[in-house]
This record gives sequence, structure tokens and C-alpha cells, in this order.
Amino acid sequence: MTLAIYIFVPLVILGITYAVVHGLTVRGPFIQHHFDDDVHQFDSGKLGIWLFLGQEVLFFSALFVAYIIYRHNHPEVFAYAHQYLDVKMGAINTGVLILSSLTAAWAVRAAQLGQKKLLIGLIIVTLLCAFGFLVIKYFEYEHKAHVGTVFGKRFVPHEAPDGRPIHQPDATPGKTEGGAPAPKEPVNTVGGTKAQPAPGAAPGTPAPGTQPVVPEDPSALRGEPASTATGVGVLPALEAQKRAGVKIDTHASALPPPNTGMFFTIYFAMTGLHGIHVLAGIFVFIWLLIRACRGHFGPRYYGPVDFAALYWHLVDLIWIFLFPLLYLIH
Amino acid sequence: MSTAAHTPNAPHADAGAEPEPSYLVNKRGLRSWLYTLDHKRIGVMYLIGITLSFLLGGAFALLLRLELFSPGAQLWTENQYNQLFTLHGAVMVFLVIIPGLPAALGNFALPLQLGAPDVAFPRLNLFSFYLWCAGASLLLLSLIVNAADTGWTFYTPYSTTTGTAVVPAVGGAFVLGFSSIFTGLNFITTIHKFKPKGMTWFRMPLNLWGIYSTALLQVLATPVLGITLLLLLTERILNIGIFDPALGGDPVLFQHFFWFYSHPAVYIMILPAMAVMSDLITTFSHKHIFGYRFIAYSSIGLAALSFLVWGHHMFVSGQSKLAGMVFSALTFTVAIPSAIKVFNWVATLYKADITLKTPMLYALSFILLFTIGGLTGIFLGALNVDVHLHDTYFVVAHFHYVMMGSALIAFLGALHYWYPKMFGRMFNERVGQVCAIFVFIGFNVTFLPQFVMGARGMARRYFDYDPEFTLYHRISTIGALFMGITLVVSFGNLVWSLFKGPKAPRNPWGGTTLEWQAPSPPPLYNFYANEQPVLYDIYDYDDLVYDEKEGGYVRLPGKKDPPTESHEP
Repeated sequence: MTLAIYIFVPLVILGITYAVVHGLTVRGPFIQHHFDDDVHQFDSGKLGIWLFLGQEVLFFSALFVAYIIYRHNHPEVFAYAHQYLDVKMGAINTGVLILSSLTAAWAVRAAQLGQKKLLIGLIIVTLLCAFGFLVIKYFEYEHKAHVGTVFGKRFVPHEAPDGRPIHQPDATPGKTEGGAPAPKEPVNTVGGTKAQPAPGAAPGTPAPGTQPVVPEDPSALRGEPASTATGVGVLPALEAQKRAGVKIDTHASALPPPNTGMFFTIYFAMTGLHGIHVLAGIFVFIWLLIRACRGHFGPRYYGPVDFAALYWHLVDLIWIFLFPLLYLIH
Repeated sequence: MSTAAHTPNAPHADAGAEPEPSYLVNKRGLRSWLYTLDHKRIGVMYLIGITLSFLLGGAFALLLRLELFSPGAQLWTENQYNQLFTLHGAVMVFLVIIPGLPAALGNFALPLQLGAPDVAFPRLNLFSFYLWCAGASLLLLSLIVNAADTGWTFYTPYSTTTGTAVVPAVGGAFVLGFSSIFTGLNFITTIHKFKPKGMTWFRMPLNLWGIYSTALLQVLATPVLGITLLLLLTERILNIGIFDPALGGDPVLFQHFFWFYSHPAVYIMILPAMAVMSDLITTFSHKHIFGYRFIAYSSIGLAALSFLVWGHHMFVSGQSKLAGMVFSALTFTVAIPSAIKVFNWVATLYKADITLKTPMLYALSFILLFTIGGLTGIFLGALNVDVHLHDTYFVVAHFHYVMMGSALIAFLGALHYWYPKMFGRMFNERVGQVCAIFVFIGFNVTFLPQFVMGARGMARRYFDYDPEFTLYHRISTIGALFMGITLVVSFGNLVWSLFKGPKAPRNPWGGTTLEWQAPSPPPLYNFYANEQPVLYDIYDYDDLVYDEKEGGYVRLPGKKDPPTESHEP
């Protein structure tokens, strides 16, 4: 696996660098040899980008299907867990993306009319919005890592949705309190190790040293028998906690239903993939910005701006579905 | 009205005195190949990669068959055996058959058949090729590290728990998926935007209908595989739990997602094969195709139906009875467009003046083998029969008849068909014919016994077996060895002919599609600047006669005018 990364990542970087350098050194009139004229080239590009967007919709479709199925299977999980999401931040992000879609569409018009300065300005605004979206998203993710509402097995919340602390026996008490910057990973991973396959070993093999040591099995929190022993010294601590009367019982209403981690699996998969698309959009718009500064676009050649804007609208549209499906459910 | 198809707007040297050099030699050196945007060169590079992968996948198959020659351990341990069949499946499906006809031969033939100078997005085309290379390297990296042993289907939960290198294999399949998506996207755009004036949808060669249907599937189905494999990767690396029942996930959901792609993927493999069949059969019958519109619509019909039948892979996976019945019924409907095609090909052969050249021998093998493969599919689509036959060698034999007996045989036929156009040389016809017949025999010796032992209860993917199956396994292994040798000879013939073969004429087989008007091999923009292709009725063979001096077919001058627009339906 490590070898794969060593081979593959440089290849991809080289490829992208080559493509960017190649794209920047192309001189006008930007009609490739095999097209009849600029209209032919534009029409082909337009059909191509629409097909690509169709592909993108299907790429996301499986996640939406997974959402439907798991929400149908575990409605209580979704009803409970969505309260952890910050509607205000989601709403602000929705507004930011809609604004960026407006500026992207406006940029197409500016390119068509040859308004170079306006075009550059609009692309910059679009870029700023995209960055803004990711920054807000970063704070949301960071909060989740802080609170412990992460996907799958690592779902070990320290707070109920209403902000009341769920007292958890923590191996490193005090880490969750105080204003110390929270690590990106769930705070309860000892030593900040990530669940990564050991280099050289077979990928995915649970290597004992690298597994996150969860100080408390989440299932125990729900009063179920501990499903697996996840680390040395965990179970005794847990037993001690149980014997001590367990504070969490006083918050019975706030206790997460079983498999609540599934909501966050879906949440992180969907918003994460969406975030990657936003990131890709940022690269595309930087490329457009450079080309716009060089005056490549005008009434006879504005295809790339148009296509990038279409892509951006789709990214926007996906978020418009994600926002109510994840944040606004009951 | 005869129409010059396309005039590239790049300047040309004054053609007249000096003919333009062919695409193979117009630029020299490795760099000119690695950076090329020419669809023909990209097609040839794909062809080399795919042929090498095919030999590799074939070698895995032989190693498997040798192990099964007798009961008990022969050459490998149980785990090595599991790794071998996984690699055999993954290499053959993802590296050979899926890109074989569309990306290698389709890349070469598609713009030529449209009379166009290139595909719509040449850079994307090259990018697809490099994605293919990256995906292939990742897949083979798994082989070097610790080959995956999950079977090519990567079923959860085994694939998320096994200790082998699943991540590179799945990553490779993911990257290969995008190579396929971009190729499909490119081809759809090319067909829409580069059809010459006068070539309406129903005057396109049927090969293009097939490639178009395939490309639709590539664009619409592959992304679902992409996201599924991505989820599998995150499940394996980050334990997100989406397919893990202990965390509320559903491993069967993986199967649904996987087959939602992989059933259409079967048609990504078979549709271009059927497409090229229509062209081969009509060319070597020298007779107008029978039922043009039915064949065209059946391609689209198969593409559409292929999205609705994925559940027939999961009859015993705990799917509800109602879903099983619906999927079973829908599966039967696939028989209709498939049968339409076979009937139309047979009707085309009826009373035709058939030339039994190598490509035609492969085409006739295709009809027979596809019929067997298709009909046994109906057994497996029937619910109660499937419960008995599920995961037995019957299934193995069935999909080998379709994947290898149909898709790969069509690939070989198409390769021999376009070989003279690709490289400007004729291959040794006699060797080609003998190989075609031997491949057919070897194939049946290999896989017919597998139907029998499957029906008698021999489970697939088993390392060991009861002695009662020994005879069937031995016959099968001998057939496989025989076929392997024949295939090597067949490729050897093509390689030898690259250097020693006689020069190919423009139209060695009497084809009427536009690529046969181009020189063999074609120049950079496919046709000489001063002789753009002329569009005649695509399946009218009356004007073509064999010319001894030329060694190929030529069009009788002035006997019949090219069709006018008013002939259009």
C-alpha cells in the first residue's frame, strides 16, 4: 500500500502539473484541429460536460440510496443524531454556495461579453465563497471531532445534542475540557494514532499497535454487553465505571440509540465527498482565473468558464439536497 | 448527395505529389507515442496493454486449471489458489474485456467509421489511457504485495476483513472505472457531434450503435461502482461501518451496489462484441444486413434492460421473494433483444455469398457460443433452478461462454478484421483460420464439461473436489491448455505478420463502412486531405468487386450514384 502511494501520488501530481502547464502554454485561438469551428468545439464540450455531470449524479446516487435505506432501517438514529448538527452553520454554508453559483453564472456572461475585469472579479468572489464554505465545514468537522460524534466505531459522544456533557471515563481527563485546540482526530484516540494499516503490512489488517484505543466501548454506554475488547485496560475501567453508579443514567433521554455512528458515517461520507468536489472546483476556478488574467476568454471562446460554472452549479445543487436531508429532519 | 465527411481545419501539406505518411511513422520516437493525441496511436497502445494483460490473465487461468487436474493439492496452497482466481477474474474483467473492444478497437475504428479526423476530446482520450495504466499498475501491485483473495467481486464482509492486499486491488478497479467513464463520455460526444452530414442515425454502421449503447452504460453505470469501491476503501481503511452489521451497516447493500454496476458491465463487455459482429457478418456475407433497425434498437434495449436485472445475482443473498420474482421476470426479457440479434445475423447469412476468412470464422463461433451462453443464462434466471445451480461450475461455464466465448472471441475477430487497416499488413490467413477453428474447439472442450459437473454439484471457487468430478476437470484442463497454445500461436501470427506480412490493400474484406476508404494504414487525420470519404449506403455491397491486382475490393466507378438525401426513410 505504501508503495502504491509512492508510485501513484507522484504520477498524479506529475500528470496534473503537465496538464496545467500544457493548458497555460496553449496559444489562441484555442480551436483544436479536429473541430470544424468554434461552435462545433463549444457544442462538443457542452455535451461532454453534461455527460460528466450525469456521471457525477450517479456517483452520488449510491450515497443517497444508502441514506434512504439506513434512514428507513434506523429512523430513531437519524431523528436523534441530526440534533448534533449545527443548522446555523449549514444554513450559512447554503447561502454561501448559492451566492457562489450566482457569481459563477454571472462570470459566464462576463466571459461571453468579453468583460475581462468583471470576469476576474467574479471568479475571485466564487473562489472566496468556495474557500469560505470549506472553512465553515472545517469548523463543523472540528467540533464533531471534539465532541466525539464521528463515524462508525469511533462514535463516542462527550456531549448530548443539547450541549449537556455525557460524562465519559476518559483515559486522559481534562483533554476535552479547557480551550485547548482539539486535535482533528477524535480526542479519545490515545496518542493521536489513526486507524491506518501499518506500512509494509497488508493493508487493512488490524495491526494491534495502530488501532485506535477507544477508552470506552460505545455499546457499553448503551447498557449493552461490550461487543469487543478494543484495548488493554479498557474493560476494567469500564467495569469500574459501571460499579460506580454511572452518571450517564441521569441523562437517559439524551442517550444515543444503538448504531448512532451510522448517521455520522453517512454524514461524513456525503459531506466529505461533496467537500472533495468543492476542492476540485477550487482548482478549476484557479485555473480559470489564471487564464482569465491572460485574456484567453471572449465572445468566441468562453467554453471552459461555461463548463466550470455548470459543474459548480451541480456541486451547489448536491449541497442543496444534503442540507435538508442531514440538518433539517425530524 | 455525396458528402465529404469532415475537413480538418489544420493546414495540410499540398497532397498530390507526396502521399501523407501513415500515422505509424509520421512522427518517430517513444515520446511521440507517449504524448500522442491521435486516437489510432492511443488505440494501438491500449491494444498492446490489453494483449499483455490477456496473456497474464490467461496464464493465471492455466495455473488454476493445472491445480484442478487432480483432486487434492497439486501446485498451490488453498490461499494461493484463492489469490489466483481473484487475479484471473479481476485482470480479465477490469483490464481486458471491459476496455478491450471499446477502448482499444473502438478507439481505432470509431472516428474512421465516422469519417472524422479524431475523437471529440483527444486529450481526455490520452488521459483515459494513462488512467488505465495507473489502474493496471495498482491491480498488479496487489499481486506483488499480497494478492487479494476475495474473488473479483470484492464481497463484504470478507473483503473488509481478509489480511490480503485488497486496498490496491480495489483502488486499481476504481481508477480503471474512471478510465472507462471518460472513454464512454468521449465516444458519445464523438458520435453525436462528428457524424458527417448525410449519415443519419439509421445510416450509421451498426458497430457505432453498439459502441454508443456501450458508452451510455459506461457513463451511467460505472460511477456507481466507483462510489461503491470508494466506500469499500474507506470501510477498510477508516472502519466507517457502512457495510459492517455490527455498526448498523448492511453487507448486502454492497452486493446491490456492486451488481447495479456489474450487471450493466456485462453489457459493456457484450454490446461492443455484438456491435462488431453485425459488421463482420454482413461484410463477409457480402449482403445487406437483415433487420437493421431491429438490431439497432435491440442494442439500446439491452442497455436499458441491463439496469433492471442486477438482483438476479442475489437470489440466494436474502433478497425478498417478491424482489426475486420481479428480477427473475425482468431477466427473462433480456432474452428478447438478444434473440433478435441472433435471428437477424442468421437471416443475414441465409443465401449469402459467404467468405470464410479468419474474422468470419470467429464471427460464426460467436453466434454458436453466444447462443449457448445466452440460453444457459435463462436456466440461471429461473428462481428455483438457480437455487440449485448458484455458485456451481454451471455459472462459471455460463459466464465464460458469454465473456470469453462471445466477448473475447469477438475481440479476436475484430482484431483480425481491422488488423490490415491498423498496421497495413496482412496476417497469414491459413494460420489465422486454423487458430480460429482450434480456439472454438478448445473453448468447448474446456467449458462444456463444466456445465455438466456444475449441474452435478461441483461448486465454483473450490480448491479441492470429490474424485467423481476428476474426469470433467481433466477434460476441462486439457481443453484450456490446448486453447492457451492456440491463442499464443494466434497472437504470434499477428506479431510475425507485422514484419513479414504482405502489404494490405485498402479494402481487403469488401467492407462498406468508411474506414475501408482510408489508406492502410491511415494518415494522421485518417484520410488524405484531397480525398475525403464519400458516403454510400453503408450496407450496399453491389458495387464492390474483388480486384486481383489490388488484392482487395474496389468500388466499380460510376455504376451507381451515391445515395441522395431523398433515399432516407
